Amino acid sequence: MHSSTALAEQFDDLEQQHESSSFGMWVFLATEVMFFGGLFTAYIIYRNFYLSAFEAGSRLLDVKVGAANTAVLLCSSLTMALGVRAAQLGKKKLLVTFLVLTLLLGLAFIGIKLGLEWRHDYLEGFAPGVNWTFHGPDWRHLELFFCFYFFLTGVHALHMVIGVGILTTLIIMAGRGRFSPQRYNPVEVSGLYWHFVDIVWIFLYPLLYLIGGRY
Amino acid sequence: MVGHVVHQRLYIIVFAALIGLTALTTGVAFIDLGKWNTLAALAIAVCKASLVVLFFMHLRWSSGLMRMALLAAFVWFAILVALTLSDEFTRQWTPVPSSWEAKVQQQARVARACAHSGRSPQYLTRRTLSSPKSAVARGSS
Repeated sequence: MHSSTALAEQFDDLEQQHESSSFGMWVFLATEVMFFGGLFTAYIIYRNFYLSAFEAGSRLLDVKVGAANTAVLLCSSLTMALGVRAAQLGKKKLLVTFLVLTLLLGLAFIGIKLGLEWRHDYLEGFAPGVNWTFHGPDWRHLELFFCFYFFLTGVHALHMVIGVGILTTLIIMAGRGRFSPQRYNPVEVSGLYWHFVDIVWIFLYPLLYLIGGRY
Repeated sequence: MVGHVVHQRLYIIVFAALIGLTALTTGVAFIDLGKWNTLAALAIAVCKASLVVLFFMHLRWSSGLMRMALLAAFVWFAILVALTLSDEFTRQWTPVPSSWEAKVQQQARVARACAHSGRSPQYLTRRTLSSPKSAVARGSS
């Protein structure tokens, strides 16, 4: 974007323009907090109801894969933050590099989640309604845990897929030189979204994998 | 230039802290602390989320408008959780009215039959309503 057209006419100055776009994303993220909040609240309630089954379910998940995926996602947040910094400084090549890295790490997360973990759970017979083979004590409550597991991680993975789409768009825009230190709002707000999805996983990881008593 | 440019080293430090906290929370999960396990896991998660919000999402350098949006989200989520939990945790406080006794006992029978047979409560209730004795007998067989 050329500096002459960097400022849209409805704004007084660049600072106001920058703040308006960021505020829009923050308000959207507040609605996202409510969206995930409902699911988290339901999970807390049912975990209290059927504690032993939920703890047993948690222990059936692979904590090594969960931890690895957390690390992958944190790396992608770092590359995204560095990408936003490159955009602020007007370094086009560096921006594209960091965006591509973020995209690859995001794809790696989705691959591990769906290709490795979900596939494993499905083959083991822990997929409610699709392939469920476990009929020990409290199996209906265990099934409920896995419903929550698939829904929570599934909705999170959907956000990741949307994020991957956004990143692809950003890479194309950056390649065409659409960003400048005066106007990089799309990079900034996409960064906010990406970090938010990271935060959701920061809470999902302990809630699903860790608090089931692994000692 | 618009917005605050953060030094690259700060991002690396925050990232190292996030990885360190991930290792810590994973490690703590393998030590028996009783009720404190859940609290530790959530406290560490809040710390990690705060680091991401403050530094990666630039809230530390953002205006009051952004902070207000985050605060609104947090307060609304707190209302959601607090009111829902206050319902769940206070249900035992008041006795069941005597007029409900029969219904409560009926539900307890269905629950027992469910635990035995693995059938859904809806299925058993339907059976019980049509022929009370046979359904419970079927459920427990």
